[in-house]
Formats: sequence, structure tokens, C-alpha cells
Amino acid sequence: MPTQTFPGEYESLEKIAHFIREESESIGLTHAEVFAVETAVDEAVSNIIEHAYLGENKGTITCTCLPATDHITIILEDFGQPFDPRTVPPPELDVPLKQRKINGLGMFMMQKWMDEVHFEFCHECNRLVMVKYKEKKT
Amino acid sequence: METKLTHYKHCDLVKVSGRVDSLTAPRLAEELNKIAGSGRFKIVIDLSGVQFLSSAGLRVLISTQKNCKRYNRGEVMLACVPENILAVFELAGFITIFKIFDDVTAAVGEF
Repeated sequence: MPTQTFPGEYESLEKIAHFIREESESIGLTHAEVFAVETAVDEAVSNIIEHAYLGENKGTITCTCLPATDHITIILEDFGQPFDPRTVPPPELDVPLKQRKINGLGMFMMQKWMDEVHFEFCHECNRLVMVKYKEKKT
Repeated sequence: METKLTHYKHCDLVKVSGRVDSLTAPRLAEELNKIAGSGRFKIVIDLSGVQFLSSAGLRVLISTQKNCKRYNRGEVMLACVPENILAVFELAGFITIFKIFDDVTAAVGEF
């Protein structure tokens, strides 16, 4: 079970992306699917640093990849304050530029790009579980 | 992430390459703010070399577009958008708020 722990800093984003990419490619996800996973994980890690740790270098982020035949499961664990991005209102995409808010896109992209997104908040840690299937379920 | 700025008579061209994420987006914002801060609001962003662009990058592009379009003084146009990044733009509803060109010459020619 490939697991790696990274410092909670934005410098880790590229290293996590590299780790995720290798694992996603190993089960034969397409280039676009791998990109989708990378995007979702990048958004999730950025949220952890910004909202759970309230800044860089306040704690670590553990990333586990569970590759299976037809899907990959990504588990991200942090030890900051519980932050549930589902409380962030979804972006309004069809409003004129002047009314466009600049936040809310990260969670939106996680939900759109991944097939499953689950949050668990317990005493020890906050856990985010995301699943991407080879062919998107309908 | 790297940026390369070229001044034209009617607009500025910024070629962006590499990763635009939470680490690097503030630098992109700084570069674009510098251009707008000098009173130039017609900007073409060449994204051909961008490998990855997160919502942090999207926020920079929206903010810059809002700033440039204020008082009808200019606009940000995007050129040479890689396929994966275009999928992000479509998902984020960017297609309606940015003009997107297949090549830099066409985008620069619009100004």
C-alpha cells in the first residue's frame, strides 16, 4: 500500500502530484483521467494547508494510494482543525463577470473530477477519501 | 512556473509555462498586476507551456480579467490553451468570460 507523508506546504504540491501520477498511471487511467485526479488532489491539499492548518508548515499530510483493477482510491489525512469544504457554496458559473466570485472552484472541481468524495472527521485526524474509476460511472 | 513578457504596441503578451498552483499562482498574479499597474490593460496570455493549472490559477485569471475590463479599458485574452487546461476552463465556466484563440498571432491581432 503506497503511502507517503509530506510537509504541509505548497512546495509539496508538485511532489504529491508526481506520486499520484505514477500510481494512477500504473492502473492504466487515461491521460485526461490522471490529470483529473491530479487536479482534485491538488485542490484538496491546498484546502488542507489553507483551512485545516491555517497556513504552511503547521503539520503533515499523509497520502495513500490504493490502486485496484478498475479504479484508484486516494486517501489524504491531516491533523489540523476539521474543515468541511462542502460548507463552501458552489460557484455560480453562469453569472456575468462582474458578479463572478473568485472562490469555491476548488471543491467544485474535486466533486466534478472524481467519482466519489468522502470526508471523515475523527479525534486523530481528518480524512478525505476520493475514488476515480477508469470509466466514469453514469 | 516561468513567465516571459513581450511588449507590443497595442498589448502585452505573457507566455506562461510550467505549473500554476497555490505555490506559483501568487507570482503569476504579481506579474499580471505589474502590467496592469503600469496602465496597460490589454493582455494576451499564452498558455501553451502550462502543464497544470489549479483553481488558484483560475482565481488569478478571473481577478485580472475583472481588473482589465473595468471602465472598458482593456481585456485579457487567452491563447494556445492545452487540451487538459481547456477542459478545466470549460468546467469552470471560463469559456464565456475569456476569448480563447488557437494561436498567439490571432489573439494579439484582436487588439
